[in-house]
Amino acid sequence: MKIPTDVKYTKNDEWVRIEGDTATIGISDFAQDALNDIVYLELPDVGAAIEQGKAFGVVESVKAASDLYMPIGGTVTEVNKPLVDEPETINTDPYGKGWMIKIKVKNAAEADSLMDSAAYEAFCADR
Amino acid sequence: MSKKNKKPTATLPADATNGAATTVVESPTEPAVEVPPAASSTDATLPAKAPAPQVLEPLIYDLGSPGRVGVLLPALDVPEADLPKDLLRGDLDLPEVSELQVVRHFVKLSQLNFAIDKGFYPLGSCTMKYNPKLNEDTARLPGFAHLHPLTDDEGAQGALALMHQLQGWLGEISGFRHVSIAPAAGAQGEFAGILMIRKYHLERGDTKRTKILIPNSAHGTNPATVTMAGFTAVELPADVDGNVDLEALRAACDDTVAGMMITVPNTLGLFEAHILEVIQLVHDCGGLMYMDGANMNALMGVVKPGELGFDVMHYNLHKTFSTPHGGGGPGSGPVGVNEKLAPYLPGPIAAIIEEAATPEDAPLYGLVMPEKSIGRLKAFHGNFGMHVRAYTYIRIHGASGIQNITRHAVLNANYIRVNLQGEYTIPHNRYCGHEFVLEGHWEDVPDIHALDISKRLMDYGFHPPTNYFPLIVPEALMIEPTETEDKATLDTFISAMKQIAAEAKSDPDLLRTAPRTAPVTRLDEKRAAKELVLCCRPIPEWAE
Amino acid sequence: MSYIPHTDLERQQMLAAIGVTTIEDLFEAVPSSHRFPRLNLPAPLSEMEVSSELQAFAEANEHAGEFAIFRGAGAYHHFSPSAINHLLLRGEFYTAYTPYQPELSQGTLQATFEYQSMLCALTGMDAANASHYDGATSLAEAVTVAYEVGRGKRKKVILSPGIHPMYREVTRTYHQGRDIKIVGDKGRADLSDLIDMLDENTAMLAIQYPNYFGQIEDLAKLAEKVHEVGALLVMVVNPTALALFKSPGELGADIVVGEGQPLGIPLSFGGPYLGFFACRTEYVRKIAGRIVGETVDTQGRKAYVMTLRPREQDIRRDKASSNICTNQGLMALAACIYLSLMGKHGLRKVAELCYHKAHYAAAQIDALPGYSVDMSKPFFHEFVVKCPKPVSEVNQALIERGIIGGVDLGADYPGMTDHMLLAVTEVNSKDEIDALVEALKQV
Repeated sequence: MKIPTDVKYTKNDEWVRIEGDTATIGISDFAQDALNDIVYLELPDVGAAIEQGKAFGVVESVKAASDLYMPIGGTVTEVNKPLVDEPETINTDPYGKGWMIKIKVKNAAEADSLMDSAAYEAFCADR
Repeated sequence: MSKKNKKPTATLPADATNGAATTVVESPTEPAVEVPPAASSTDATLPAKAPAPQVLEPLIYDLGSPGRVGVLLPALDVPEADLPKDLLRGDLDLPEVSELQVVRHFVKLSQLNFAIDKGFYPLGSCTMKYNPKLNEDTARLPGFAHLHPLTDDEGAQGALALMHQLQGWLGEISGFRHVSIAPAAGAQGEFAGILMIRKYHLERGDTKRTKILIPNSAHGTNPATVTMAGFTAVELPADVDGNVDLEALRAACDDTVAGMMITVPNTLGLFEAHILEVIQLVHDCGGLMYMDGANMNALMGVVKPGELGFDVMHYNLHKTFSTPHGGGGPGSGPVGVNEKLAPYLPGPIAAIIEEAATPEDAPLYGLVMPEKSIGRLKAFHGNFGMHVRAYTYIRIHGASGIQNITRHAVLNANYIRVNLQGEYTIPHNRYCGHEFVLEGHWEDVPDIHALDISKRLMDYGFHPPTNYFPLIVPEALMIEPTETEDKATLDTFISAMKQIAAEAKSDPDLLRTAPRTAPVTRLDEKRAAKELVLCCRPIPEWAE
Repeated sequence: MSYIPHTDLERQQMLAAIGVTTIEDLFEAVPSSHRFPRLNLPAPLSEMEVSSELQAFAEANEHAGEFAIFRGAGAYHHFSPSAINHLLLRGEFYTAYTPYQPELSQGTLQATFEYQSMLCALTGMDAANASHYDGATSLAEAVTVAYEVGRGKRKKVILSPGIHPMYREVTRTYHQGRDIKIVGDKGRADLSDLIDMLDENTAMLAIQYPNYFGQIEDLAKLAEKVHEVGALLVMVVNPTALALFKSPGELGADIVVGEGQPLGIPLSFGGPYLGFFACRTEYVRKIAGRIVGETVDTQGRKAYVMTLRPREQDIRRDKASSNICTNQGLMALAACIYLSLMGKHGLRKVAELCYHKAHYAAAQIDALPGYSVDMSKPFFHEFVVKCPKPVSEVNQALIERGIIGGVDLGADYPGMTDHMLLAVTEVNSKDEIDALVEALKQV
């Protein structure tokens, strides 16, 4: 299982890569593996302001559906449109081409509540 | 074991036994059901450039020819009126087939189904018992089938009397004095129950109750119902014995709890050992108790939920009272309540609106809405056709027959349980109700799952148990035999389950590639979800 | 009478295997204070006796098998070809469960797929589900979809007063626990009034087609106006009427719901019926209930399976938008067989027969002294008659002449005292219509 060190993680298995006041968000390798064949992805509109912990979309596989939650709050600046047409990319490249949205971060301090890769690895091992 | 042994064993018809007719417990490997010739088991791979997939039976649309008519209708016997030309539609894209084509098509389709009338169907929590033929006849009597729902009370006395009596009998069986048979299915009965609990609190000015407690073994409909009614579902864990964890319950009970939904026996098939304490705890914090009656086949004549202290429950007439499942419905989900909730029942309810003048006369029945009703859940008065069937079923059984249903349903389930406890892990292995749950996997063959066992059972001529439910048991297989199966059938099933347990270790591919004798092999569900072909007709341009 | 097959010997063998002496021993977990209560039910009866008791109940009813019927209002007496009932009585269909195991359920699954296809053809929509409980609950579920499409931010739902009163009641029952405001139907708003209520907070606007009074309203600009504010247009339709009149797809509807009872399903005192639900592709993942899709098996054979399952209650649990589980599967099969038998030409013929006979009846009644028929708008097979006397009196006189009259509109529409809603279908012969006219004349 891949757990890159340059991103932070939530207990709902989203990851976030923070660069300046921009953050990129997706779901972890653990999450895509648990969901299995992903067939559908629903993402918010650009411009939507969503708080930390609130749902920003839905990901669906043949057997399961899961809400996607904001690792930190902010305003959506970019949505990965090609991913909506080929959501299976999330299974093959969850941290790369499988990114979902980019946001303008509202309050960078919110990131303090997230797990780093070591903490997330321990969290996954416990499940 | 020789063939002379009378003990029932799991075998398939002779033509499906791969020529090994001298042994009895041979495993099925060849199709027992006709499949198109080109799809034989030797042709397991798709050609490189896949042509149009073969079909078991063409779609009804593909059988037609332009201009063909299936039904002759009478000629117009009144003068023609003007049709408003600019309001009319263009082509109507329906099939053009003869009556014989329709009959053959649907008979062929029916033959692709498994059904209770064909064989053993131990689908847990669904109560797949025999559906008596008489029920189908009574529901189709012209006086019922052709009765308009908005008939004046005076013209519907037969139907209303039947509904009134059915309400009474259901109340007697469950210990609830007030029953509404309006809900169309179990899920709607649940919804009605939770809406009543909501209204009860609101009418008392108690607005802070926002939570409904649900054990983690609950049916999926329970949490969905709670959300629909505007409440939040709070999950409670089970203790080591499969009962509600009393400590967790105690901690969760406060003045924000509107009520608790619980299935009895629970979805492990076990009667809650501390049911009276559970009810007391919830009542003490001001909450009401809802019983999911899906498992009523384990309780009739054994205990009345109303007497245990429950405030409301729903019944599934299509489970316990054998109105058929119809390949997914229609059902019927009456609710029974105590005095507290009676004013809130969904309506309309059949009631006596004028007592009989003399003992020889019948009273006048009518339909009434309870004073503070949560409202109407569907148009008209419930799935009346299902009421007729349930009435017929209760009437023919009578008090002793109803008791015998539960006793034999529980006997059958326990008989299978003790016979499988060697080959399978049975969590919480104690006397069960009308069903029990086992784990469909073994540590020494980790890549065999409950699903594989289920599919392999099809090759032995059985419908699989419920898979992967309840969620709290890994690789769950939930087995509910019902009372209408005889010992020989159960023995054959037990033998098949044991055989499959052996195959899992000796030849696991038999399980992984099962079923081989069903009309189709395993399906590509990913393709179905990805391509979403939900309709075989193109949308005409004018409609875009 | 019993459907329990156990012999005494078998019972003893089974108890011995379990290790108990009586069946009662198996219930030790039930609190002894409440165990084995008396059941105050009648004694068992034989099949023969039950049969005649039910026969007596049935014969106590005034039904369309013995009376000429002109009552509709959401439930219609139509001709149903014999083949439907014979096929519905195949045990392989009616004693099967929901098709969770597709390998053993291809019959139900393919028939459901065909049903969905026919509903798409009728409504002009892209997708249909496998059914809801009835037309009323289909409308209630449409509200949930519109609310979800509006991401919970649009909280206003506009219902036309021309929608069946019970459907509006059911919609309110369903959404009493949610933050949704239902408006538009309490007075006598017409289409332009409803359009005026549209705003950015509106999730949907629903109308009935033909409306509860049988009329076809001018819907030319409606969809455009609804879509301008980003709301959905929901149409509640009569499926027989759709064989004759423009499809909702053509009129710009986003969701189409209705009662499928006219498609070969008996009146049966109000149920079981069939709620159909069809929509445009973009909303298909929001809709509740079961949906069947096409796929292939491992051998490449075409096959059918329930798809989009993760939306459903057993997987999404408290996140599911509806708790529906059991639907009206067998009724959907009935409609599928009916539509196959009637086909392209037959259903149109049924609709035309209804239309012409209703117009003949309306013209005759309108000519009677004291009666007038509302002909202000085109109508299909139902129409409103203003009577010279209370509707209950009129109906009493009709039933004495073997005729079941129309529905009294005064109860649901305060301004419509003495107004009766009459329905005419292909089963009403000219003689029956003439008898109705003659009887009304004498009231």
